[in-house]
Amino acid sequence: MSLNATDWLHMVLHFLSLSLITFGGVVAAAPDMHRYLVDQQHWLSDPEFNSSITLAQIAPGPNVLFVAILGWTLGVQAGGGMDAGPVAWAWGVLAAFLCLLGILGPSGCLTLVVSRWGLRYQERIGVRAFKAGMAPLLIALMFSTGWLLLPPIQADAQHAPGLVLTAVSVLLMWKTRIHVLWLLAAGAVLGLLGWV
Amino acid sequence: MTDEVNRPRSCWDLFLTFTWMALQGFGGVQAVVQRILVDQKKWLTPKGFLEDWSVAQTLPGPHVVNLTLMLGDRYFGGRGALCAITGLMLAPCTLVLCFAALYQGLYELPAVRSMLHAMGCVVSGMIMGNALRLLQGLKGNPMGLPLCYAILAIGFVVVAVWRIPLALAWLMVGVPSSVWAWRCMVRPKVLP
Repeated sequence: MSLNATDWLHMVLHFLSLSLITFGGVVAAAPDMHRYLVDQQHWLSDPEFNSSITLAQIAPGPNVLFVAILGWTLGVQAGGGMDAGPVAWAWGVLAAFLCLLGILGPSGCLTLVVSRWGLRYQERIGVRAFKAGMAPLLIALMFSTGWLLLPPIQADAQHAPGLVLTAVSVLLMWKTRIHVLWLLAAGAVLGLLGWV
Repeated sequence: MTDEVNRPRSCWDLFLTFTWMALQGFGGVQAVVQRILVDQKKWLTPKGFLEDWSVAQTLPGPHVVNLTLMLGDRYFGGRGALCAITGLMLAPCTLVLCFAALYQGLYELPAVRSMLHAMGCVVSGMIMGNALRLLQGLKGNPMGLPLCYAILAIGFVVVAVWRIPLALAWLMVGVPSSVWAWRCMVRPKVLP
């Protein structure tokens, strides 16, 4: 796969255009990135996209870092793949930085403006109505993100253990205050044993 | 818990504190923000934290990133914001990219692939479990619960099943629902 200058521009523009609508965190915008990068442009495969989110959730740090991994994967591919060595890594780092800047730039500037001017506007009725109206959609977006990460939904026995594991983690996250590290460790062990 | 507030000594202090905070945030930093900024560093009182947090949550963008920018900017202006956000992102980003690089090399190994697959199933469950927790927040929504659930279902179909661009989904679902919420708030007895 090779990306020309226009493709790079489109990629950054896509993240820029999402920045100001990432209410409720960037993970809620993941379905749209999937639609663009996987379904529409075919720059990334499904497993590549999914593993970006998984890696970012496993590692410490803000969840928005999955955007950096998406960028890294794109950049490395554009630079000739991992076999191309440091040149490809440099492209990967550059692309990761550009994608992060795209997704965080506009919203970050807005935050600085609002906090500098001390605009405590969250009491206004317009803002409260906006939050109340968006709340159900935000939850829908989070569900969509989780849904997207599921193994292909088939009545296939091969995927059944994975779906059971997902269902159990849904229940534990929802009903208990268990630390996520335990869940992730359990997943890692089950995977290594080849049970899932 | 006292009402005394400290402040970071320097941009370097900001950078290190946010680095330390980010490196403890497995599965997201949100869980440790309060513990570090309020309980350990005492840069914010609990009340001050809530105020800043609610502003950070109202704005688009990751909440932790927004809060980081706000605090850095408050103490040392643009330079502070830059130091704080670099602290939050640099170390975890390096770590995660090394992970990704290694992973691409290790992807051939069936054990690694099946481990990541299983962890992916857990992460999917974590995200949906978090979404279920947020359902609590819909209580007291001016639109009423049944309508909220209907909007939720429509949103899910539009985004997850039809794969419609997010911006369009905001316009089609988010905007009408906000307008309706506003109507319900202005005139609580609008329903026949």
